[in-house]
Amino acid sequence: MSTAQIPLIFERGQAGRSQSRLPVSGAPGAEIPPALARRCAPRLPQLSEVEVARHYSALERRAFGVNNGFYPLGSCTMKYNPRLNEDVAALPGFTQVHPLQPAHTVQGCLAALRQAETMLCDITGMDAMTFQPAAGAHGEWTGLLLIKAYHRARGNSARTKMLVPDSAHGTNPASAAMAGYTVVNIPSNAQGGVDLDALRAAAGPDTAGLMLTNPNTLGLFDPNIQEITDIVHSAGGLCYYDGANLNAIMGVARPGDMGFDVVHLNLHKTFSTPHGGGGPGSGPTGLKNFLRPYLPGPIPVEGPDGLAWQPAGAESIGRVKGFYGNFLVVVKALAYLYTLGREGVPQAAAHAVLNANYLMRRIAHLFPPAYDAPCMHEFVCTLAQLKKEHGVSAMDVAKAMIDAGMHPPTMYFPLIVHEALMFEPTETETRETLDEVADALAHIHAQALADPNALRAAPRTTPIGRPDDVAAARAPRVRYPRPESEARP
Amino acid sequence: MGSYVPATDADRAAMLAAVGVESLDELYAAIPASVRLARPLNLPEGASELEVSRRMQALAARNTVFPTLLRGAGAYRHFVPGIVPAICGKETFLTAYTPYQAEMSQGVLQAIFEFQTMVCELTDLDAANASVYDGATAAGEAAAMCRDRGRTRTLVSAGVNPQTLDVVRTYCAAVDAPLQIVPTRQGVTDLAGLADMAGQQDACLLVQQPNFYGLLEDIPALAQAAHAAGAKLIVSCNPIAMALLRTPGDCGADIAVGDGQPLGLPLAFGGPSVGFMAATAAMMRKLPGRIVGQTVDAEGRRAFVLTLQAREQHIRREKAGSNICSNQALCAMQAAVYLAAMGPAGLQEAARQSMQNAHALADLLCQVPGVRMAFPGPYFHEFVTTCPVPTGEALSALEARGILGGLPLEGELAGHLLWCATELNTPDEMRCAAEALREVCA
Repeated sequence: MSTAQIPLIFERGQAGRSQSRLPVSGAPGAEIPPALARRCAPRLPQLSEVEVARHYSALERRAFGVNNGFYPLGSCTMKYNPRLNEDVAALPGFTQVHPLQPAHTVQGCLAALRQAETMLCDITGMDAMTFQPAAGAHGEWTGLLLIKAYHRARGNSARTKMLVPDSAHGTNPASAAMAGYTVVNIPSNAQGGVDLDALRAAAGPDTAGLMLTNPNTLGLFDPNIQEITDIVHSAGGLCYYDGANLNAIMGVARPGDMGFDVVHLNLHKTFSTPHGGGGPGSGPTGLKNFLRPYLPGPIPVEGPDGLAWQPAGAESIGRVKGFYGNFLVVVKALAYLYTLGREGVPQAAAHAVLNANYLMRRIAHLFPPAYDAPCMHEFVCTLAQLKKEHGVSAMDVAKAMIDAGMHPPTMYFPLIVHEALMFEPTETETRETLDEVADALAHIHAQALADPNALRAAPRTTPIGRPDDVAAARAPRVRYPRPESEARP
Repeated sequence: MGSYVPATDADRAAMLAAVGVESLDELYAAIPASVRLARPLNLPEGASELEVSRRMQALAARNTVFPTLLRGAGAYRHFVPGIVPAICGKETFLTAYTPYQAEMSQGVLQAIFEFQTMVCELTDLDAANASVYDGATAAGEAAAMCRDRGRTRTLVSAGVNPQTLDVVRTYCAAVDAPLQIVPTRQGVTDLAGLADMAGQQDACLLVQQPNFYGLLEDIPALAQAAHAAGAKLIVSCNPIAMALLRTPGDCGADIAVGDGQPLGLPLAFGGPSVGFMAATAAMMRKLPGRIVGQTVDAEGRRAFVLTLQAREQHIRREKAGSNICSNQALCAMQAAVYLAAMGPAGLQEAARQSMQNAHALADLLCQVPGVRMAFPGPYFHEFVTTCPVPTGEALSALEARGILGGLPLEGELAGHLLWCATELNTPDEMRCAAEALREVCA
């Protein structure tokens, strides 16, 4: 691969070079009053169309997606993103619709939201779902606001604490803080589950709720789940389910049946919509009936003349996003749900679990799982011993995987496992791919023993080597600089 | 049924044997029977690609695509160069995750760095983040950036889009931070009213430019008033209007936010769009979410990385300034490609023609007896008029001609319509709209 620097788009083109996009307008018209007018034009690129095309083609060659290779990024569920879903989400009947059109002209959009809601409620065991949240963290926060509104409506302002296991995704405690809660960390037990005694000790009259991922971030289903939710409910709290790991159990077990009152889903994980290099995702929040009064509005409902918008109720938590969420992402997930259907949804889950267990078994003798138990859709290896004995870290192995043509797993997470690598192969990988990956990992392991320095120098096949993160943060350069002559005083 | 699982019966048997179980079901031994779902899902049977395609097309066909839009109010139909969707549909951009592994993600990181720079250029500020969910959530996050122990109240101009106001209200209420509305006078933020209410408890003032009614706010005066009270100024701005309007940075704003949808993104029933955020250098480290920075590798080669991560949830957990993780990266790239395809001259032309069309539309509409401009001030590409007949009647008449008319307003402005024009509207369709209105008002 070429390691030549790709010029920034601002380093290409020439002043005065332009493209013909709009017809030439005729007579002079209204102008901005001079006091409010821009004083100099924005320094945007001045390129020909072919320069734009080639620039982004060059950038695309220096990126890596699910379509390029194995992408076992744990907790991110990088399954294949079906092309059909992209095609249907690009239909003008969805893309060219204004969000403030009258309801009778958007019956298809409202029906799409309702149908997705119905199916996802059945999968989660919830009674209603809002699609306003744009991503998982946004859905978490929305769910916590529902919990807060519930306690407030009952005149209970003493419930200020949110219980969060130490294995949780970082978004959980961050969302709790943004919802005004104090976070209480609950330690894990020796099996990687919630420590029940610690939970009992923490749960009390100041408990607003518990946030839990199950299977948890170690890829383990917590068998005490009903006892956990009972403890929280007995203390008067509510239970929040982080749906990041739902892919393991969809159609097999439901958060609603485990005692959860609120869930969020990641349509960009479990329901196959692509992640776009960081987003857009979609993080719908599902809830039991007793939380309906607090839903953000407007809410699509069946009315006498077809589907209609119902305004938020008086006790609503309020809007969490403009309009109705990342609608086109919901359309893609709906197409996926239609494709898989009743049998396909649990089939996908079971094969996600099969693939994870298969890969874990194939590499366990070299990269031992942090908890030696059958896993769900993902598993966490600890490289602590490799680090101690050979000085090769989880980071080194991850970077060597890049040279082997695959994306590394999630690194150094969950925080409770030393030198962690978290693998989530997903159900859409073939047995051949998993075998190749296991062979490549065995090769990397052999290299770690034979020539650890080589691994510490990985990756070698990429346009850059390991970047200097410390320098980046110490003197941040987060934009292409203005020319000296145009610097603002 | 449809499926994306590649395992054959032989694969499955071999893999189950390797794992040491007899059936797929046995993989779920850890799940107590009491929480296992004892029935099939209540979903329709799975379907082939062709069947799903037909079903989704039938759904899309139940929506009306208006050939003519004269409505904006936060979502705008502009011309989108053909190259924009072509580039953003590239498989690798589509199917990549957040660029955690910098060595294999330089393309995505560089594209985000370029987007950040373009946001800085449009707003004339020092630093931008990689995006948040939309303009409304960007405003909510910006208000949070300004709060500290002493100053907790957020002032919001009544000229801000009501949806943005609702979202900011939710963000503030979540942490019990007070919010106060600053009234408008003749459609723009009332400076005298602001001066009366602003004080030492105020963290920031949020205003919108152009505001919800399309009117131009006096941002330099608002900045002065906010700063006089010791509060920060947040300007929520339309990015296309920024091509012509005095920039937030030039006016003294501390933070600029907005919704990037006008920059080459389709209406899409409101989402996905993209929220942008830019701030002064002094506030850079308070920005939420991903930020891409420039650095070098060991050989001194230019490299881009996710930086300043010590602000973020995966490091700081409950002490993070925001919980945001996934953002709207692909939409941000779409906005950047749009800006590269239009160039500075093209963007200014789109802005100019939108403004001129809006003024031409206003002239035509105001020739209809009983239709008047609600406010006297200068405006960009949206404006409010009276409507001499019930707005529903007027809008039905327009709809019959394939025109989505102005948005009927609520509250004190009930009976008024908020109109919008862009460079896409032709003189013919604007005349047609005025004609339809004239007929229904006659």
